[in-house]
Amino acid sequence: MKFLLAFVIGGLICLIGQLVMDMTRASVTPAHVLVGYVTGGAILSALGLYQPLVNLAGAGATIPLSGFGHSLAQGAIKAVQTRGLLGAFAGGIEAAAVGVVAAVVFGYAAAVLFNPKD
Amino acid sequence: MNENAGFNKQQQDVAEFQGLIDQVRPKHAYLKNAIMAFLVGGTICLIGQCILQIYTGQGLEQQQAQAATAATMVFLGAFLTGIGVYDQIGKYGGAGSIVPITGFANSIVAPAMEARREGYVFGVGAKMFTIAGPVLVYGFLISVLIGISFFLLR
Amino acid sequence: MGEKVGRQSFRFANPPVVVAAANIVGPMEGQGPLGSQFDWVMSDLLFGEQTWERAESKMLRESAKLALHKSNWQPREIDYFLAGDLLNQIISASFAARGLEIPFLGLFGACSTFAEAIVVGSMLIDGGFGGRVLLACSSHHNTAERQFRFPLEQGVQRPPFAQWTVTGSGAMVLASSGTGPKVTMGTAGKVIDLGVSDPNNMGPAMAPAAADTLIAHFQDTGTDPSAYDLILSGDLGTVGSDALKELMRMHGYRLEENYQDGGLLIYDLAGQDVHAGGSGCGCSATVFTGAILNRLRDAQYRRVLLVATGALLSPTSSQQGETIPGIAQAVVIEA
Repeated sequence: MKFLLAFVIGGLICLIGQLVMDMTRASVTPAHVLVGYVTGGAILSALGLYQPLVNLAGAGATIPLSGFGHSLAQGAIKAVQTRGLLGAFAGGIEAAAVGVVAAVVFGYAAAVLFNPKD
Repeated sequence: MNENAGFNKQQQDVAEFQGLIDQVRPKHAYLKNAIMAFLVGGTICLIGQCILQIYTGQGLEQQQAQAATAATMVFLGAFLTGIGVYDQIGKYGGAGSIVPITGFANSIVAPAMEARREGYVFGVGAKMFTIAGPVLVYGFLISVLIGISFFLLR
Repeated sequence: MGEKVGRQSFRFANPPVVVAAANIVGPMEGQGPLGSQFDWVMSDLLFGEQTWERAESKMLRESAKLALHKSNWQPREIDYFLAGDLLNQIISASFAARGLEIPFLGLFGACSTFAEAIVVGSMLIDGGFGGRVLLACSSHHNTAERQFRFPLEQGVQRPPFAQWTVTGSGAMVLASSGTGPKVTMGTAGKVIDLGVSDPNNMGPAMAPAAADTLIAHFQDTGTDPSAYDLILSGDLGTVGSDALKELMRMHGYRLEENYQDGGLLIYDLAGQDVHAGGSGCGCSATVFTGAILNRLRDAQYRRVLLVATGALLSPTSSQQGETIPGIAQAVVIEA
């Protein structure tokens, strides 16, 4: 059941992105979509709306980039409770650190090791 | 301008021409694109769920398992971009391959890989963040704003 | 000496002769319907170089050398080398020129550059400023994608109306005398902008410029579309050529069977994944120096009107939300 929900919810989250790209002007590029998902995910998370989706769909909600926004927001919120204002600055990036650093390390390695294909 | 004919950037000409383009321009295949985005995005998330189950099965607690899954998916996205497969998935999957974190990895590797001839600093180092940069900037900004809001509302 | 005709057109007194031409194309263009008409089909897009940019410049240089070779002239016997391409600061053209030792005039008219070079080269010859001109234009799919759109390996969807930049270079030698088709007339285009801002939608951005130049040409010279065996637009693609036909119809000119578009000829639109057809400087340059020139030489065509169109945008102007100005240059070549 968890697998089916991951598939369906994850697919639906992506489908929304497709509709946004197809129905808006060409100036909405993949970069705009990704920025929108991170920001949107963080805001939904702060309003308490994203965690239920994660509980329901697991990776279906954490793998889309809105999930990245969710961990940023939750990290900041939790850190504020223990460390105050300093936590607001550190919490987000701490929670997302593994993903960000993995992206830099694996991204760098792939960019250096491979050549673009025609 | 010709006296008899000519095309001006005047309101009327522009509006008329935009109407003409809308007639002759092929439309996006909305339904097909949406279905493909759903299937490809769903499949990527399903793979993520499998990896998540494996990590939790190994005894990692939820938070750690999620981070490890994200890192693994990033690795897969970067690797598939390197071997020239991810752009093919993207051609069919559209947002289904852009929105998942594998698409984030793709957006880091793709510009950096072909910028290698421009050097390791301005080429690879800088171009990795053409898309990832804005994502991180706005991600960090919003997380700090949310943190400060919760601090004030505490 | 030639004369100005009407507002924008001109007629040459001693029409310059196309004495030789050559072209090089990429693998995809080689597999297209015109594949057999090209001189040299590259086996890959790197052309033995380290970067695509170097490959494009080499392609331009080699096509120019091949045209020279066919004309049996040495570089020092040529008065001017006119060339252009799509990359910033036209590096493909100027880097190719640095080995040729021919006085160089760099041109930029985006995808209209090939016709622009014919116009300028013919004026130089007919004006008596030289007897022999070498001209060349190139575009390369991968360098253009990098500069104008997205990295190659990025997983993005191309909209159904996007065009595919042709990998190819075409070169010609024009001379004051000799045997071959002649450049008899031309029309210099004005920059026209009807408010298209989507850089994926270049055909429609250029169509008004093509219509404006064509109408000016017909009015100035007192001709109409039926005066030509072929009216060839450079690279409007499906959407752009439909828009052009409609614009012409609105102004009382019908473009019928004798109208074709280079961007639609060079690829098999059903079988090759190119969406709305080809584009780029190399599109009109290779189609014209290949299939069209062959038919002029066979006298299958007696009179061809080439109207090459260019979209004068830059990545910066697009990001700043500017609309795309278009340009079209027309030349008449007669068998």
